[in-house]
Parts: sequence; structure tokens; C-alpha cells
Amino acid sequence: MSSDSLEGWDLVIGLEVHCELDTNTKLFCGCPNSFGDSPNTNVCPVCLGLPGSLPVLNSRAVDLAMRIGAALHCDIRPSRFHRKNYFYPDMPKAFQISQYDAPINCDGWLELTTGKRVGIERAHIEEDTGKTTHLGESGRIQGASSSLVDYNRAGVPLVETVSAPDMNSAQEAKDYVSELRAILVACGASDGKMEEGSLRVDANVSVRRSGSKELGTRCEIKNVNSLKSLGKAIEFEAARQIAVLQQGGTIRQETRHFNEDTGETSSMRSKEDSHDYRYFPEPDLVVISPDEAWIGGIRSGLPPMPAERRALLGSKCGAGSPGTPSSNQVSTVVAHGLDALVLGALDDGADPRIALSRCANEAVARVDAALHLAPTSFSRLVTMESVGDITATQSKLVLGEMLDEVDQKLEELGGSTGGFGGYFEVDPEAIANSKGFEKLDNTTLARTLDDIVESNPGEWERFLAGDEKVAQFFVGQMMKSTRGQADGKAVISLMNARRDKKG
Amino acid sequence: MTDQASRGKISREEVVHIASLARLGLDDGELDAFTRELGAILDHASTVAEIDLRDVSPMSHPIALSNVLRDDVLDECLELEDLQSNAPDFFEGKFRVPKILDEP
Repeated sequence: MSSDSLEGWDLVIGLEVHCELDTNTKLFCGCPNSFGDSPNTNVCPVCLGLPGSLPVLNSRAVDLAMRIGAALHCDIRPSRFHRKNYFYPDMPKAFQISQYDAPINCDGWLELTTGKRVGIERAHIEEDTGKTTHLGESGRIQGASSSLVDYNRAGVPLVETVSAPDMNSAQEAKDYVSELRAILVACGASDGKMEEGSLRVDANVSVRRSGSKELGTRCEIKNVNSLKSLGKAIEFEAARQIAVLQQGGTIRQETRHFNEDTGETSSMRSKEDSHDYRYFPEPDLVVISPDEAWIGGIRSGLPPMPAERRALLGSKCGAGSPGTPSSNQVSTVVAHGLDALVLGALDDGADPRIALSRCANEAVARVDAALHLAPTSFSRLVTMESVGDITATQSKLVLGEMLDEVDQKLEELGGSTGGFGGYFEVDPEAIANSKGFEKLDNTTLARTLDDIVESNPGEWERFLAGDEKVAQFFVGQMMKSTRGQADGKAVISLMNARRDKKG
Repeated sequence: MTDQASRGKISREEVVHIASLARLGLDDGELDAFTRELGAILDHASTVAEIDLRDVSPMSHPIALSNVLRDDVLDECLELEDLQSNAPDFFEGKFRVPKILDEP
């Protein structure tokens, strides 16, 4: 949908982001909080809601929730838990323990990279539900003959961050989620993996005539599993609502499901009274009442947030204004918590563009390993590429093998990276040597070019006549002849030097 | 409704609503009986409202405790065999339950 069809209308978007907290255990019991284990292996009487079991609150979950509140400039307040009652097999207790009228964090804000501030209404603690899959022909709820339930996720600690309806475009909503994600990772609260469900977004979308102050009726969109889907879902939903209103219809407040395959939202069938949750205070838990010392410790212990780190990394790299490729790379590096790699390389005098590229492109793609690669090792690699000992292509290959080694060492630790915050040293020179990556001396380079020019006189004439497109042809031929050892930049400058000499 | 105790406390419609939320199928006689009984319970509880509580601050919990926390340390989980033996229906390591939405 183009933005033209929104002409005359304003979008109003509020987001609810559920973030699984990075704890060892669940919120109210000592079962592992771990993704991807065999079904129903991380369960106990508490998270199965067996009679007589009692919840006991995880102190790290409270610490992380307070860190999130501090990072979002919230008031951190005394809070309590409520039971949210509903019948659905994903919660065998028939209620979810959540925070209702007294959330731990409220009234904060988040600043987008554009400088716009989005209000944070609250960020409260609650438990996650089990995972249901539906058996039957369609695989969907409708028409399923029965459902299967895995309770490994039931009771995993969540913080739900509820924004004010302050966003006005799909792009702003995406910017908000990516900044929130970066903040949650920076707090140490989350791994930020949307693809594993660590971060889940519900979008409240409404439309109104441009200039109107009154809010339209909103619909809540669920099942948005990526930033891309979020943008698509919001644009589809806005266009749908505008079409309904333009035809004289009214919007019904409802929950809608986003279908990844069709890119459309559809009404989720539910009973009219399904939102009657009959909240009441959870009698098995007492209030959380953090004193000033506890809150002060959380606030002062907060690591630097993404905005500050982007500014630091950006200025050290000489990154340009927002929107330039290098500032996007800076954002990517910071969002994944890999600033230490680039900063280390810069301190050792490496080329900032090379350090940023290797980190934002190659290291980010394998962030789990990259987080445990010693900055000194990364720095040595980037320095080798910066001084021309290896080419960019070779550098990427070496980095790949370095990260393979880190993965191997992590595996030797027992396959679990949880809790391990250390670094591994990997020697890039040893890898480069073992692959026979050596710098081609200028004589060899010149001789190879001579041969190629001789076999392709026509192309060479075109290059000399100023045809820049044909330059890439020569780089490609040089790479082929040297089996990738030639440095593209060195080839170009050699060719330019020859043309200048002729001219 | 003519019943004395339930008047103003809870309506028959509210009882129907609560029964449907709790997935209880009640017949007319039971609805009448529960409307009466719930009304009597609410009536009894409402005597609390007669107490002068102007100087008492609201409380969340009858026990004056706060910050009851445990360390984030792993504990033992149940064995799959035990789960299976306690579940009415178990399939491929998961609990099998009847289809969820009962609308047509």
C-alpha cells in the first residue's frame, strides 16, 4: 500500500511488547527458562498449577524488570500481582499471574532515533503461557479436532511494555520496536530474538480524519513475528479501516490475527465476554516494595544505553548524518551489543570503515559467537585487512573461521552460552596462513594485469577511453587469475595509474 | 425478582454471565438457587462496608510482608513418565486436550 491512500487520514498506533526475561529459571519456580528443549521437560507442580503448589517470586526477574523501567525513564513503584482469570489450556491454573492496577514501572518514555519521544504507559511483570499446537486438517484453531500443549514456556518471566498511542506510521512503529529491542538487550534483560519469540509485539491501530483530535476505534493485531510483518500488518489494517469508514461503516473494537502468508489481518473469533478476566489480587504473593537503595542501585548500575553508545561509536568512526550507510552500520552494531569489537579495533588504529563493515555485516550475522570473540582478535583481523595484508574477501573468510572456532569452544563448555560472559582469543594470522592467504606483491599484480590486458585488448581500450563499467571486468579477471588473492582496490588503483600515465 | 436477600446484590443475569465464564451449565432451578445464595453471601459481606475505615489505608494483602523473593537458581523438574501417568491424554510428549473453541 502506498502512503497516498492514507491521504486525509492519520494513523494512531500504540504497541504492547512482550519480552521474555533472560533468567536461569521461571518467574515463580525453579524450572529452567530455556528455549527449544523437549516438550514438557521443564515443568513442576508450580508451573503446571497442581493443587497445593505455591509461587515464589524470582529476584532476578524483579531486578531485570526494574532495569527495564530505569532504562525507559519510568517511575519504579511498589507493585503487586493479580490473577487474570480465563479458561484456555495454555494456562493449567485457569489464570495468569500478572500485574494490573499497580505495575512495577509506569510513566516513562523512549526516544526514537529521529528524536521523537514515545510515551511508555507501563512496563509490568507477568508469566508467559504454555504453547499450544492444533491438531486437525487445517492446523488452525477452527476445525482442529484436538490441541497439544507444551508447558515449558508456562511461567517464563515476561515484561510487557505498553506504549502510549504516540506513533503515526508503520515506520515509526518499526523504529520504536527496534530501539526498544536494543534497549532490552543493553539492559541484559533479553536476547532480543524475535524469531525465537523472545520479543512479541501486539499493535493497537486506529485511524482518524487528519486534524481530528478524537481517537478512532482501535483494533489489536496479534501474531506479528518480525519487524517486516509489523510494518505490513499496520499498513494493511490502516487501509482496511479507512475503506470501512469511507463506505460509511463503523470499526468494531476487536482482536485481529495477522496472516504472514497473505499479509492480511482477519477477525479472531472469540466469545463476546472473553475479555471479562475478573482480575483479583493474587493471595499467594506479597507486594514488591523496592526501597530507595534498591532502586538507586538499579539506576546507577545501568550500562550505557544504545543512544549514548551510537553517539560514541559514530563519532569515533566519523559516521555521517542519519541515513548514511555507516550510521546504519553503527546502529546495527550497537543493537547487537558488538560495539566492543569495533571500539577495540579503532583503538588499535584500524580503518573505521573496515572495522564497521566486518562487524555489522559478518559478525552480526553470527552474533552468538561474535559476542564471545575477544576484541583483540577481531582487532588483529581488521588491522590485517586495513594494511592490505589480506583482501576483503579473504578477511570475511578468516572471520568466518574465527567464529567457527568460538562456536566450537562454546560447545566444549557444554553447549550453553547462558551465563558465560567471557571471550575467546582466536589467531587470525594462523588461519590466514593455513589458507595460503598472502599479500600479492606489486610485481606479481602488475604481471598478472599485463597478461589480462594482452588477452583482452578491446576491453582495455574501452577502459583507457574512460569506460568505468569495464573496470569491474578487469577486477573480476584479476580475482580469477589470482584465485581471489588480489585486492580489488589495489587492482583499480594500478589500472588507474596506467591510464593516468597514458593520458 | 422477589427474593428478599438477592435484591440489589446480584441479578439473575449476572449469575448467568458468571456461570458461563466459569463454564458451568446451570438449569433454571439452579440459577434461581445460586442467585439467592450468592445474594445472601454478598449481603453478609456487605456489613464490612458499615465499618468506619477513614483512618485505615488500603492494603493489598492480609499479611504485612513484602519482597518475598527466591534466588534465580535451578530446581528439579518432574519426570515425563510421572506427567504422563497423571495426564488423561498424552501424545508425543505433550498434553492432548479437546479442541479449544467450541463455537461452530
